[in-house]
Amino acid sequence: MKDAKTGPVKKSGRETILGAIRQSLGRPALSADARHELDDHIAKHRANLVPARGKGEHAAQVERFQEMARAAACTVELVASEAAVPGAVADYLRANNLPTRVTLAPDDWLGGLDWNSQSLLETRQGAAGINDLVSVTPAFAAVAETGTLVAFSGKTHPTTLNFVPDYHVVALRTSQVVGAYEEVWARLRKVNKQGRGFTMPRTVNMITGPSRTADIALTLELGAHGPRSLHIVLIDDQAGQD
Amino acid sequence: MEFMNPGIFKENARAALADQDLRSAMAMLNAGMVPNRQAAVDRLPEFAQLSRRGRELKDHVLGNLDFYLECFERNCKAAGGHVHWCTTPEDAQEAVLKICRSVNAKTVTKGKSMIAEEIHLNEFLEKHNIEPVETDLGEYIIQLAKEPPSHIIGPAIHKTKDQVSDLFLEHHAKLGRTERQTDPQKMVNEAREILRQKYFDADVGITGANYLIAETGSSIIVTNEGNGDLTQTLPKIHIVVTSLEKVVPTLEDATTFLRLLARSATGQEFSAYTTISTGPRRPDDVDGPGEYHVILLDNGRSTMLGSEVQDMLRCIRCGACMNHCPVYQSVGGHTYGTVYVGPMGAVLSPALLGVSDTRHLPCASTLCGRCEEVCPVAIPLPRLLRQWRERSFEAGDVPALERWGLSFWAFFARRPWLYDLGARLAVRGLRYLGRRQGRLRKLWFAGGWTDGRDLPAPEGQTFQERWRRQQRVLRRGGGMR
Repeated sequence: MKDAKTGPVKKSGRETILGAIRQSLGRPALSADARHELDDHIAKHRANLVPARGKGEHAAQVERFQEMARAAACTVELVASEAAVPGAVADYLRANNLPTRVTLAPDDWLGGLDWNSQSLLETRQGAAGINDLVSVTPAFAAVAETGTLVAFSGKTHPTTLNFVPDYHVVALRTSQVVGAYEEVWARLRKVNKQGRGFTMPRTVNMITGPSRTADIALTLELGAHGPRSLHIVLIDDQAGQD
Repeated sequence: MEFMNPGIFKENARAALADQDLRSAMAMLNAGMVPNRQAAVDRLPEFAQLSRRGRELKDHVLGNLDFYLECFERNCKAAGGHVHWCTTPEDAQEAVLKICRSVNAKTVTKGKSMIAEEIHLNEFLEKHNIEPVETDLGEYIIQLAKEPPSHIIGPAIHKTKDQVSDLFLEHHAKLGRTERQTDPQKMVNEAREILRQKYFDADVGITGANYLIAETGSSIIVTNEGNGDLTQTLPKIHIVVTSLEKVVPTLEDATTFLRLLARSATGQEFSAYTTISTGPRRPDDVDGPGEYHVILLDNGRSTMLGSEVQDMLRCIRCGACMNHCPVYQSVGGHTYGTVYVGPMGAVLSPALLGVSDTRHLPCASTLCGRCEEVCPVAIPLPRLLRQWRERSFEAGDVPALERWGLSFWAFFARRPWLYDLGARLAVRGLRYLGRRQGRLRKLWFAGGWTDGRDLPAPEGQTFQERWRRQQRVLRRGGGMR
């Protein structure tokens, strides 16, 4: 590169690259005014175009979420209240001939459900180990536009639970369903607000259906490295509203 | 076939056209990816608008790339991450090695990354006694076969199912898997079971990045298998190898590209896993890597800025251009002899490797324009291919016979009456020669065409004759509606 030869002192990669960018753009580093304008673009973080399908009434979005999630090979079961979740999980295990041992996300709400109501069900809370077959986790939100679940890593939600077990069950409330991705970002900016900005979780997982691959002769197969099945227990927590 | 030698494109193409396995594998691409993309685009009425916005955003970022990279660096560091600025592939290799050595890494798992291919990371790590384990099924297949990728999102797209069956048997037999599997589900399972322990044993996990977010200092990966997530979550260290032009301003801006990417690439509404990673694990996290490093590679990109090929830096690596390219569909990716293949590769490779060594690639196109039509960020690929042809001609890389041929053609092209006459004679001659079957199986001076396929015989009139006739009909009021 041109710059490498210019001086006896070797420039850092950072200086070399930024210098080369500015030289190619034919200008020095941006002026304070120009920087201010770009900072402003970031500070406002406006949504670009949001497709029409991501807008509209909440009830319709809940319908769309289920439809899109099923199209992405999820299974969805609607239950009337959160008290029904342990039973729905037990039924799911039975229907799939699975052992009755599940790993729950160490989340107070999830852990606080009445798992003892299912006498055959063994539960433990924590990150996923290599032999865990079934995990049950909550989610932060769900997006109707593509049937996508959104989960944040943290002490109540180890990321491994979303990827290591063969079967991933997600307990979701209908009030968590939004139309478009941008609404999730708005909620995230609010709940994780810090000073003028917000804190990103270490990992934001947007999950649309179980793991899949088409790398062998373009034949679609589920269960490549992540879960073979993704089951959503959707709790109607808005009954009687609207 | 000799890999990674763009100088022998023609020889490679001849071999590829005669390879029946390759042709049947490539036929699947045309039958699957092309209609799938179209259906996905049709389901989203706003697709064209999103595409325009994506293009504007990329142009905006490129014009302020220094600002956004500094912003990314600041926020990545604030979240506890490290940023390594690397001007050359060697710098990037060294940076990765240094990080691996800091934990005495024996094995690293890898998610799919084109930048890792660009810097030939696997060979380099092996040379330094670190075992790289590819975890994307396609990458795993070509790692077993010791081949480079033949497609930017489907690296093993050139392999038939039977070839993969043989490959798995050959490599998995020593692991006790002595039965040859032919059912794709069982083959996927076999690879899944073999790779599972590797994720837990690896010291370092390396992924690429589809986007970097300046606002948050995050990297994004988009996958379907979940291998990238296991790769980056389980080891002690997560290294992201990526390049300058991947940065976007905000989460909302990244979202616009996410709406374009999967639809253009595989025709999915959304890929199974889109993951945004920011820094190392937090103090109260239960899992996740203890360190987070971003390797930012330049490798010639900064000099592409402000040049006539700047538009190429908008590329979001969806692969739609190659899926729709009649040349790529016929010869496959290995023929190009470069890491990046198809129309985007034929434009990018001369910028990365120099036009003299890659001069055949911009010529391997009929300039039919399908690539530009399907590009979600409207890169004018045919125009850029033509520009490289001109540069290559100017640089004197074109051999005498080809130059002479071009001058010969130019002589006629500048004399329309002579061109017209010549075309009439040629068309009538070819029609006569092909009168029996309506096609020509062999033709002097056109072996390059007829070796691989038949030449349809002309129907009797030149384009200009037919055009004139049509215009006469229209003038007379004989509508063509």
